[in-house]
Amino acid sequence: MTNELTLYLIIGAILFSLGVFGIITRKNAIMVLMSMELILNSANINFIAFAKYGGMNLEGHIAAMFVIILAAAEVAVALAIVLNIYHNFRHVNIDEISKMKE
Amino acid sequence: MYNAVVNELIGSLGLIKPELALLVTFVVVIIADLIFKNNKVNLGLSILGTIVSGIFLIGMSGTNTSAFANLIAVDPFSEFFKYLILISTLIVLVMSEFSEELHNRDVWMGEYYMLVLGMALGMFLLAGATNLIMIYLALETMSMSSYILSGYTKEIKRSSEASLKYVIFGSLSSGIMIYGMSILFGMTGSLDLYAIQSYLAANGFFQPAIFISGLMVIAGFAYKISAVPFHFWTPDVYEGSPITITAYLSVASKAAGFAVLVRFIKLTFFDAAGSSDESWIMMNSIPWDMVLAVLAVATMTLGNIVALWQSNVKRMLAYSSIAHAGYLLMGIVVMTNTGLMSILVYFFFYLLMNFGAFIVVMLFAHKIGSEEMDDYEGIGYQAPVLASLLTLFLVSLTGLPPTAGFIGKLVLFGAVLDSGWYWLAVIGVLNSVVSLYYYAKVVRNMWLRKVDNGKGTLKFSIQSQALVMVLGIPTLVFGLFFGPIMRWAEHSVRIFLGN
Repeated sequence: MTNELTLYLIIGAILFSLGVFGIITRKNAIMVLMSMELILNSANINFIAFAKYGGMNLEGHIAAMFVIILAAAEVAVALAIVLNIYHNFRHVNIDEISKMKE
Repeated sequence: MYNAVVNELIGSLGLIKPELALLVTFVVVIIADLIFKNNKVNLGLSILGTIVSGIFLIGMSGTNTSAFANLIAVDPFSEFFKYLILISTLIVLVMSEFSEELHNRDVWMGEYYMLVLGMALGMFLLAGATNLIMIYLALETMSMSSYILSGYTKEIKRSSEASLKYVIFGSLSSGIMIYGMSILFGMTGSLDLYAIQSYLAANGFFQPAIFISGLMVIAGFAYKISAVPFHFWTPDVYEGSPITITAYLSVASKAAGFAVLVRFIKLTFFDAAGSSDESWIMMNSIPWDMVLAVLAVATMTLGNIVALWQSNVKRMLAYSSIAHAGYLLMGIVVMTNTGLMSILVYFFFYLLMNFGAFIVVMLFAHKIGSEEMDDYEGIGYQAPVLASLLTLFLVSLTGLPPTAGFIGKLVLFGAVLDSGWYWLAVIGVLNSVVSLYYYAKVVRNMWLRKVDNGKGTLKFSIQSQALVMVLGIPTLVFGLFFGPIMRWAEHSVRIFLGN
């Protein structure tokens, strides 16, 4: 039982690291948003794994539901913003979007 | 059993009347926008809703309990922050009315007021949240409205750039936060802060995991208060956003961030029994005070040093707001109720002076078409009233007498010294000295450069000057008669500690 929990936690940790790595290295705004989803899903895996194998109550499942809903809402807002960026700049390369400088 | 749950829910509804008022206004503004298509109606309704919410809040003063089975605490501490948020919301709504940046466009203003109210609602919930999921939900409610608002003038490139940077940094830090929460949940088996606390007090556990997950959760809040190393978004977002939203982010959003940071640390990592004492008792010897002290020093030093070579006033104020977050963090480091009180006092004064400074910068930008420091040369003689008031706000932000900012710093540094953090207080004072340089640079440009530049006087409407006065006069008055604010803050340091 515990071993399975550990496995899920490791998968969660790997997803989280990949997400952070993606956000730092990717230049395309859409790829950055996808990396964001990885981070949120890694949290979801943790919540569900703890709820199932940790002998805990429903709270973990409920938490995961909320995270899914908020992830959808957040990505809707973020995509709208990226679309607007495309309108103004004609590309979505976040490295080149820096009108303001130190 | 069933009846008990229903009664609990109905009873709890009575405790969140201010939030409900905001929620109802939020919906009403959407509908009114569809029917009347008139900005004045939207503005009027929003202001009305804010005032109604304030009246409910006054009616509930002194309540110290918990609603919805420990989801939200309704206590004097959250009440204080709710007042701050309401005052900020009112100022922002009125300020938006004067903003040419928002009105001189061919785009409809409709959802602007609705989003400001949505943000206020998120901040209200955040100020009282005592459950990890509630904290996450409230934080996201507030964040999502602010992502959109920061890019509200969407045809302006720097505004859309600001919102992109905000949404990327924002969702990264909230992602880190929810991951930390999932680990904290796994270690303790609960999402409820009170339950987590009693679990931590009663059981042994793997300490590094608690420490790291705690840090991850705090990262989410540090982003909201723009503490180093989560400050990267601040200068760009503050510079690019419409200035009304910049002001709102720098005060209200920061206030909500501090409220939840204090509550989370206090409820989760401190011994409940020791809390009524002057000093809080830390559990399991994880040095949270040291972590926060390092955070505070890094935040204020970076904010002040980088502010030195800014040429854009809005950007300079962004770095200054980072520095102020650093000062405020010192108040948490001391881990006493006096420290907490000093944060509340400081925040109230910070609201007055920061909003004041931003409004004057906005009004100047309308007339001279720029926020650059060099363009402020000689403006003191073109617009003596507003320039004097800006000078007052900047002096207050520096923390010099006889302004409210001085009292705020005095109380804060006093609390830090009282609890023996001498090196921290010294660094804080040195930082204030550094900050004098860049604030004084604006004042020098206004009054001592190009004294007779030959340009005529600038005309400002009576209403806009009155709005600045409303903030300027208290900044001066509270510098001399600060008793009421101190007493109010003293009454407000009570955090609801569970049943």
